[in-house]
Amino acid sequence: MKLFREDPSSKSQAVERLRLVLIHDRAKVSIGLLELLRNEIINAISKYVEIDEKQMEIELNSTEEKAELVANIPVLKVRRAIDH
Amino acid sequence: MAARVIVVTSGKGGVGKTTTVANLGTGLALRQKKVVMIDTDIGLRNLDLLMGMENRICFDLINVVENECRSYRQALIKDKRVENLYLLPASQIKNKDALKAEQMIKLVEQLKEEFDYILIDSPAGIESGFENAVAPATEAIVVTNPEVPAVRDADRIIGLLQAKKIYEPMLVLNRLRSDMVKKRDMLDVDDINDILAIKLLGVVPEDEQIIVATNKGEPVVFNQQSKAGEAFRNIVRRLEGEAVPFMSFNTEPGVFGRFWKMLHGK
Ligand SMILES: Nc1ncnc2c1ncn2[C@@H]1O[C@H](COP(=O)(O)OP(=O)(O)OP(=O)(O)O)[C@@H](O)[C@H]1O
Ligand SMILES: [Mg+2]
Repeated sequence: MKLFREDPSSKSQAVERLRLVLIHDRAKVSIGLLELLRNEIINAISKYVEIDEKQMEIELNSTEEKAELVANIPVLKVRRAIDH
Repeated sequence: MAARVIVVTSGKGGVGKTTTVANLGTGLALRQKKVVMIDTDIGLRNLDLLMGMENRICFDLINVVENECRSYRQALIKDKRVENLYLLPASQIKNKDALKAEQMIKLVEQLKEEFDYILIDSPAGIESGFENAVAPATEAIVVTNPEVPAVRDADRIIGLLQAKKIYEPMLVLNRLRSDMVKKRDMLDVDDINDILAIKLLGVVPEDEQIIVATNKGEPVVFNQQSKAGEAFRNIVRRLEGEAVPFMSFNTEPGVFGRFWKMLHGK
């Protein structure tokens, strides 16, 4: 069991556990949340670099303390920057 | 005034849906509203017991939707204590699929002509029983307890309700224990508000008078001494649009509490 530095109360553990579990529940339940996010990331990044959309991976991972969004986006070409 | 059709639901079982329906129904009728409560927990009916009406059932919800009685009026049980309060009991048959969402919608359409409030007691779970209960509703009350599994299920239910276009469900937090909140061993009202982020309709404390009320078949709103009764009376007023301040479940001891602690060196 993990020790909480500031607040060892069982209530703060409950809050923390709920926070993490709901990140996952909500991402899974809302149909295609990750799919929408993926498309928007492609749009945003494609302005600057050419990417391999088919190989792109995006996942929501979590450990006991935190949840993180992990994206693996293979770059094919970097577009020429226009100097001002 | 147009009828309000409110489903009371939770996902998790045993959190206090039926208790909430019995008390809000009674409380609204005590304020001269015309109320019908529909028990949709097919096979596990309980609302009749909480209302003390279990010996007066002739026809039930399935009889009504299958046209096995003349009209829904034949199945309604009228409360003997309060004017304008009626129950449409669930069936005790085992086949939960006997009821269909379209039948519920059609029935409620008829009831709307006659009642101010239609309160629908939903079964636990997210399967067809839940679907049937929600189908005719335009508003929802989500009941939860200050415990991790109940809050998680409430979050899921809120998502499902929003998918059914009930965008602003209201929350009833039931069975709060201020002694445990004080010791920081229970989620408090702020924690739950933060996590679920929907409109809080009320907080009902853990109260043994609820068990006494169930023993008697007399909802706790009738009990002027009970804290839970007071909480339900406040919820009724908020449902009716009054701005009622929330009962305090302070985590800090008041002035008197602090003085007491000083005296006892704690
Ligand atoms: N505030 C409270 N204080 C003490 N006991 C309570 C409180 N609220 C509910 N209870 C008790 O909890 C139990 C479950 O309540 P209730 O039947 O209303 O839950 P429910 O959500 O309708 O359950 P189900 O999912 O089985 O339909 C009952 O025994 C009831 O007396
Ligand atoms: Mg119930």
